[in-house]
Amino acid sequence: MSIKLTIMDMMKEIAREHNKTLAPLRDDLVLLDSGLDSLGFAVLVARLEDSLGIDPFTSAEDAMFPLTLGDFVKVYESAQQRAVA
Amino acid sequence: MKVRSSAPSLRERIADAVPERFFWDRAARLCVNDLARGTSLGGRLAELKGRSVVVATSSQLTSALALIELDGVARRVTILPPDTAAEHLGALIACAEIDAAVIDDGTLDHAVLDLPVRVVCAPTIVPAEQHVLPHMPTEWVLLTSGTSGVPKMAVHNLASLIAPIGAGPPLDGAVVWGTFYDIRRYGGLQIFLRAVIGGASLVLSCAGEPIADHLARLGRCGVTHLSGTPSHWRRALMSPAIGQIAPRYVRLSGEIADQAILDSLRATFRQARVGHAYASTEAGVAFEVDDALAGFPADFLAHGRDSVELKLVDGALRIRSPRTAARYLGTQHASLRDGDGFVDTGDMVERRGDRYVFAGRRGGIINVGGLKIHPEEIEAVINRHPQVRMSLVRPKQNPVTGAIVIADVVLKADCARSGGERQIKDDILRLCRDALPRHKVPASISIVPALDVGATGKLARRYG
Repeated sequence: MSIKLTIMDMMKEIAREHNKTLAPLRDDLVLLDSGLDSLGFAVLVARLEDSLGIDPFTSAEDAMFPLTLGDFVKVYESAQQRAVA
Repeated sequence: MKVRSSAPSLRERIADAVPERFFWDRAARLCVNDLARGTSLGGRLAELKGRSVVVATSSQLTSALALIELDGVARRVTILPPDTAAEHLGALIACAEIDAAVIDDGTLDHAVLDLPVRVVCAPTIVPAEQHVLPHMPTEWVLLTSGTSGVPKMAVHNLASLIAPIGAGPPLDGAVVWGTFYDIRRYGGLQIFLRAVIGGASLVLSCAGEPIADHLARLGRCGVTHLSGTPSHWRRALMSPAIGQIAPRYVRLSGEIADQAILDSLRATFRQARVGHAYASTEAGVAFEVDDALAGFPADFLAHGRDSVELKLVDGALRIRSPRTAARYLGTQHASLRDGDGFVDTGDMVERRGDRYVFAGRRGGIINVGGLKIHPEEIEAVINRHPQVRMSLVRPKQNPVTGAIVIADVVLKADCARSGGERQIKDDILRLCRDALPRHKVPASISIVPALDVGATGKLARRYG
């Protein structure tokens, strides 16, 4: 499964567990407007590390948290490319 | 001529300030200087003279106005944070011998409404002659943010609360303070007092206001100095509206600031000084670190600074200074200070080169976005699962909430062989979700063959 689909599936799963309603998941969706709160994103990052083996935010030097879903996916895609390379 | 028995009260400090300054919230902008010759309490301040008063307003603005009027007039002021559980109000009122309340339109709680004297604070200032009220030193009582149960009540006075303020960086030019904190907690109260004492304006946060709206409002008010916890800041940095503010001073306190959040803030606000303060309700502000590095210089421990002495006892930081609270109210609590006058913070530190870094809480208390968690509470829930032998709940570093909880679980021998781990993990998570608030539900569960048990027979917990 692509990283993007993994992320979107997990967001839906966490939204269900936290009783939150997700906005339509588009690349330009601002994460803060997605329906998940801080705790939801904290859980998302932790589960992505479990499933992909990477946490691009605590390992990188310049770990700015992305603003949109598209940027969030890109951070994971480029971190995985670095891990494979 | 009035004989002054102690330092000037907050209202006297307002009167001394010459340039106009303002308090903003979402709905109102008030010129605070008007309070020198005005009132927000409908002119009923004299009824509160010498009483033990709880400030139980719904809005921070009315709390701010009431605190300025009450200092030097009430015998004791207890500041009620907005999330105080109604079931604890009776115990708090008895403990602080509260006999009067300042409320506003939004105050809900019946226990407060039963008090013999209730004065309404309005979010406006009307002119009123100030009858000279005898100046008495007021005890300021702050509630601690504990993990559960009735909050402890820590007694400060204005001197201990404002003692750290001179030590901070000098205020240059027109200063507009902003805080993501509620001013009814120690961290936010520090910012309120900085604004009052320093002659600055203050932009208050509002419950339920979306972060983008709050940032836009801070930008419109021209905020120059902005304070919050690392979790507040991480959330703000996730908002596109972060570009609407350009503070000169960025301050973190209330949680341990890690290097990642300090670096992110420096990259976002290139013109700003980024500093983090180490403080707690009981210990006060112990020190401020302005080199944008996590932890603090080892020199602080050896030599102290600004009349604050630090020492380590079994790896935990203790603090003695004029800024600490004096005591807890009530007899059921252990002494707030040790025999030598030091406050035990419970924060573990480790030496790394020429700095000390924070290594978690003694007793393994985990801080998830400002909410404190005892791992044992979660382990007790997990251990209810019939196939679980034992479990260890521990913190995992997280870029959003600072930390998050995860669990290592050892299954009973027959279960471990029978497979179905996925099903067991799902069952455990469901058990946790049914029994615990969201922040206590482990983000992930690992099935492990064994857990370390130390010589004392206790689970080996690593800090951090």
